[in-house]
Amino acid sequence: MGDPIVSFAEFEGSNATAVRIAPGDDARVLLPHLDRLTLVEVTFPAFRDGRGYSSARILRESGYKGTLRAAGDVLVDQVPYMKRCGFDDFAPNAPLDQTVVEKLSGLYPEPYQRTVDGAVPVWKLRHG
Amino acid sequence: MYQYDKYDQAIVDARVEEFRDQVRRRMAGEITEDQFKPLRLMNGLYLQLHAYMLRVAIPYGTLSGKQMKMLGHIARKYDRDYGHFTTRQNLQYNWIKLEDTPDILADLASVEMHAIQTSGNCIRNISSDQYAGAAADEVTDPRPWAELLRQWSTFHPEFSYLPRKFKIAVIASAEDRAAMRLHDIGIELVKKDGVLGARIFVGGGMGRTPMIAPEINPFVPAEDLLSYLEACLRVYNRYGRRDNAYKARIKILIHEHGADNYRADVAKEFAHVKTLGLDPPLAEFDRITAFFAAPAFDATAADDLDLSDPDFAVWVDQNVKPHKAKGYAIVNIAVKPTGGIPGDATSDQIDLMADLATAYSFDELRVTHAQNIVLPHVKKADLYAVWQKLNDAGLANANLDLISDIIACPGLDYCSLANARSIPVAQKISERFADLERQRDIGELKLKISGCINACGHHHAGHIGILGVDKKGVENYQITLGGSGAEDVSIGKIMGPGFDENGAVDAIERIVEKYREVREGDERFLDTYRRVGNDVFKEAIYG
Ligand code: HEM
Ligand code: SF4
Repeated sequence: MGDPIVSFAEFEGSNATAVRIAPGDDARVLLPHLDRLTLVEVTFPAFRDGRGYSSARILRESGYKGTLRAAGDVLVDQVPYMKRCGFDDFAPNAPLDQTVVEKLSGLYPEPYQRTVDGAVPVWKLRHG
Repeated sequence: MYQYDKYDQAIVDARVEEFRDQVRRRMAGEITEDQFKPLRLMNGLYLQLHAYMLRVAIPYGTLSGKQMKMLGHIARKYDRDYGHFTTRQNLQYNWIKLEDTPDILADLASVEMHAIQTSGNCIRNISSDQYAGAAADEVTDPRPWAELLRQWSTFHPEFSYLPRKFKIAVIASAEDRAAMRLHDIGIELVKKDGVLGARIFVGGGMGRTPMIAPEINPFVPAEDLLSYLEACLRVYNRYGRRDNAYKARIKILIHEHGADNYRADVAKEFAHVKTLGLDPPLAEFDRITAFFAAPAFDATAADDLDLSDPDFAVWVDQNVKPHKAKGYAIVNIAVKPTGGIPGDATSDQIDLMADLATAYSFDELRVTHAQNIVLPHVKKADLYAVWQKLNDAGLANANLDLISDIIACPGLDYCSLANARSIPVAQKISERFADLERQRDIGELKLKISGCINACGHHHAGHIGILGVDKKGVENYQITLGGSGAEDVSIGKIMGPGFDENGAVDAIERIVEKYREVREGDERFLDTYRRVGNDVFKEAIYG
């Protein structure tokens, strides 16, 4: 960590280890370079723009192991969804209320879907 | 019917707790209305002209007597003693207090119900055929598939901030009773070489740019369905337009990008997604299917019916449909009294329908997209008793699929987006055509009214559609003809300049009389229109 973060446009052809991607950037362009990357910051200019959720999952599904940061207009109630899509670091514009974060993180015991967070989906619990 | 296990119940209970905390934070001023809005919307809570409106999910339109009772109870306790059945097979309360909503959700959770994803830019409540499990023409019961989709879509972490709302319908008959191809994704279950699978249509919708969904895949096997839908949604989430809310539905992506390109993108995404092990095993599908096993029909139930009471006979002819089991019938309760508000039912009426379901229909009811209620499995021998009780409650109007069986959106009486009122127009038309003999002579005629171009009242799909517009501050109504939401799906055409409220009702009457004049044999209005074309009716309207 601590490496300078380059933008998606600057990343091509560089040997940067940290990159920032905007909602419209194609996360799949990063896939050949995942071994090198230690940080991907996915920006959320507006909380309603959900493209970053797909970007995050695509990176994790392809084996990205580094830090995956959600930055920008990130709201506390979105954090559980973001974690399920593989985010493990948050840089919200406004600080998150930690009591709410904690309350929410323990609220939903088992999810219906398998994603990239390792949680066991309900159908798996039902059928082993 | 599906029954929750501890996992389903825990998820719905957690939602009540989560929302309780969100409401608390909003009431304490810890979050702004702008921040609260997407949270409440994902719980079906809208802010309307006069009050909050709460939309309760009725998954694939199926509910038990006990659940229906709870809907009546909530209307009585927290609202003004009535509820409104919607075109998406849900129920809306119009006069809800924000501070009551957590308790309402808790009441719903106590009968395995919720308001999850009944609004917001997420995958909405899955709709289906109201005759599922009872229809003689279905290849299978679509509801297990719909339940599978309900679970998959509930709190889907990747698809809760889509460009726009997302509606999915599942049917399993050649006859389309759910306007399947006017959904973002329409699924028709089909059999290929004896195996069931899903035929997938993507990109239908109404609103200001109505579109009929093209077929994107002719056959997706059950074991691939969720992965395939995951791919469909991911392509939309990544590439759907977000610059303009009016162009954000998936229909626009498919229109601008082309169905072939979309199909190719989905195929590529599916090839990746399918490696991730997201599809539940078929055992899960079997587990869900077992809940929808046919009820224990009485094999000795008599098939004949005493039709000596003429009013009863008319109701049977109009509102009762053939059932797949001998000696049984499907009862349609038209929630369309003459001069009434389409889809509105009082708490007492809701209770009565619940009791009838428990006593006569294996405890099951359905809500239809035409804002009516169905008792799916009634013994023919019980029909007369059921009809008498409905009649006493003002629920035996024999107008199913006739001109007064109107779909109408809430319009300017409730809705903050409305240009014009819808309800009074519906009331006036139903009064104008109150004579049931005349209605039955006119025959099947689907009339649908929306108070603005968002088309919640399905006017594009009306044989006759009425669209409320704002003409220099005055409510004005445009008429469209020739739409259909059924298997012969089509989008209605605007006839010409609009009318004021009374003018619109008069124009409808002129259209109907022209039809009676030019129809051939027992041709429906829609077929006559398609045969003779616009000009004949334009002439009738504008003279
Ligand atoms: C009263 C508050 C309501 C508001 C603010 C509202 C808002 C909207 C909006 C903005 C659209 C257009 C969406 C788009 O084209 O992207 C829409 C479409 C729709 N709404 Fe509503 N609506 C309301 C009530 C209802 C009710 C009561 C029903 C059911 C009776 C309903 C059913 C629908 C349907 C079926 C569509 C068309 C779906 C489509 O475009 O594919 N809405 N609504
Ligand atoms: S069609 Fe328009 S007026 Fe009617 S409910 Fe929808 S948004 Fe409101």
